[in-house]
Amino acid sequence: MTVHTTSPQFKQNAARALHDPQLQKALNNVKQGFIDKRRAAADKLPEFEALRDSARDIKNHTLEHLDLYLEAYEEKVKASGGHVHFARNADEAREIILKICRDAGAKTVTKGKSMISEEIGINHHLEANGIRPVETDLGEYIIQLRNEMPSHIIAPAVHLNASQVEQDFRRVHTHLDAKRDLSEPVQLLSEARAVLRERFLAADVGITGANFLVAETGTSIIVTNEGNGDLTQILPRTHIVLASIEKLVPTLEDVSQLLRVLARSATGQEMSVYTTFSTGPRRSGDADGPENYHVVLIDNGRSAMLGTSFEEMLRCIRCGACMNHCPVYHAVGGHAYGWVYPGPMGAVLTPSLIGVDKAGHLPNASTFCGRCESVCPVRIPLPKLMRHWREREFERHLTPASVRSGLGLWGFVAKRPALYRLATRAAMATLGFAGRQRGRFSWLPLAKGWTKYRDFPAPQGETFQARWKRERNGRAA
Amino acid sequence: MTSARDDIFANIRRSLGVKGNETIRNQIVQDRLERAPRGVIPARGQVSGEERIALFKTMAEASLATVTEVASAMEVPQSIALFLRNHNLPASLRMGDDPRLKVMPWSETTLEVSHGPSEGRDLNAVSHAFGAVAETGTLAMISGPENPSTLNFLPDNHIIVVSAKDIASDYESVWNRVRFAYGKGSMPRTVNWITGPSRSGDIEQTLLLGAHGPRRLHVIVVRE
Repeated sequence: MTVHTTSPQFKQNAARALHDPQLQKALNNVKQGFIDKRRAAADKLPEFEALRDSARDIKNHTLEHLDLYLEAYEEKVKASGGHVHFARNADEAREIILKICRDAGAKTVTKGKSMISEEIGINHHLEANGIRPVETDLGEYIIQLRNEMPSHIIAPAVHLNASQVEQDFRRVHTHLDAKRDLSEPVQLLSEARAVLRERFLAADVGITGANFLVAETGTSIIVTNEGNGDLTQILPRTHIVLASIEKLVPTLEDVSQLLRVLARSATGQEMSVYTTFSTGPRRSGDADGPENYHVVLIDNGRSAMLGTSFEEMLRCIRCGACMNHCPVYHAVGGHAYGWVYPGPMGAVLTPSLIGVDKAGHLPNASTFCGRCESVCPVRIPLPKLMRHWREREFERHLTPASVRSGLGLWGFVAKRPALYRLATRAAMATLGFAGRQRGRFSWLPLAKGWTKYRDFPAPQGETFQARWKRERNGRAA
Repeated sequence: MTSARDDIFANIRRSLGVKGNETIRNQIVQDRLERAPRGVIPARGQVSGEERIALFKTMAEASLATVTEVASAMEVPQSIALFLRNHNLPASLRMGDDPRLKVMPWSETTLEVSHGPSEGRDLNAVSHAFGAVAETGTLAMISGPENPSTLNFLPDNHIIVVSAKDIASDYESVWNRVRFAYGKGSMPRTVNWITGPSRSGDIEQTLLLGAHGPRRLHVIVVRE
């Protein structure tokens, strides 16, 4: 199966998103909520910045020794009675999961929220083979009803408003009274809780992701606020954990460091409501819990990122802070990015996983304001990595001819200071003169991309360099 | 054909420029796994005695749990009966086989007590915590017949009993106790950290309690 992506159409996606009033209303919730909550949580913990350094160092250390920690982890999972499967790519992962489900005689599978499961497209594969996957995170459940991708890695339905959710519930939950009141969000929640409770109890297999894997003990960890991940994994006979290989950390102490920055960066909580450490299947004497415990370790492009400048991206713990703080994400939302991972982390990761030829627009959709890097709990230099992608795109001649020749011309002039000063002086003088009446331009040659949406302010007639020189001389005198 | 496992390890090692058998790398990894060094521990939780209990209470309440204290384990049943009555909840209660709960005088109340895991229809359950963390008001629960994991998630109202002496400053201290009880490198099937009642913000980022897990989390601290 080829990857389904609309990343190559980012510009059209973004234009559509900007003109979607429902989406723009929903995106206001991102701008208002997440930023303040993260700030408050960080301010309340004096050690927060030191913990970010610690988190970065733990991930770097693990990546540098990933082969050895993976071996240690695998051994521990087996010792606790679990099974470990390795998948080079999405195809292999899907086949492994399908086989486990078939061996368990599964008709329905409940799922906890998992980005890697979106990445490998497991839901469609299970459906195509007669097994019903049921998303149980409220946001994921809603978008599954709408046959959509998540638009945010921790708030998958953040692009929707309550009235849209109400319509979907009325459309799908036809066994309920058509006249019921669903005007309040809490009524929507109660309805989903009741519907999904039956699914939890009926499921044959539960599939969750993993926020972390611990080599010391062979433990997989999920973090949720709803408790859906736990009901997914303790009720069915079989629990399948899906994890990409970079989720590993050495010890319980290490994961405790990372957990201290995860929730604070994501939702501004001191700690998520449920942090669950699972090690193997049901023990003798246990009254509940899964009888079979499988871990599917998925590479899907990660091992090739090691040892390159993109290795730093493998530190990502999927908190979503980068997108919560991104002005581009605030404007266009997650779906415009066209694949599984949106925002700044998606702009770096997506080209690595599906190719810069398909996802080249994403690292270009950045103002390089640097807010993403300033809030990243593991200090990934996202703007630097986006710039690396832009360079690679240029080197591989994937950039359009007009942009290439424009950049070429600019490069030629910029490398010749005398010519640069002459050219900019002439341009500023001309624009300053032409715009002296209105102080702005609503139309300029070669600048339609700008003036189509907003006026271009008229320069005052002097270049920055000239003014700098003048003011510095003035101060010296 | 090489296996997926072999290929993945070969790719990782090629990318990292290593063979996997380097003595120094293996020693570094073994050492870290054995020593499990602590990282940055926030000063907030590093208090003891009454101060630590008070911090736990403050943080747990900030996570929207309710907390009450009793002087002795023998007072727990009355305290639970009162809690249920105050919230107009039925006087029924599900619990596991935890000996600390079993010895409590349930017959002094009118509570209808049943034992075992939850099958999804219980309104109220009580579990005994393994420990707690004052730093964030987090409870640490361990799976097993004593306190089945389903009781943590299926009932609408979850009551957790914790001994004051088991309230630790930080997560790391709880891991030390787990290692002492289960052996270094071994873990119970499930450890649940619980910080407040279940919630979701998935609809318009509005915080709503009782998503899939308990709508109420009530903590009883036993002081003795």
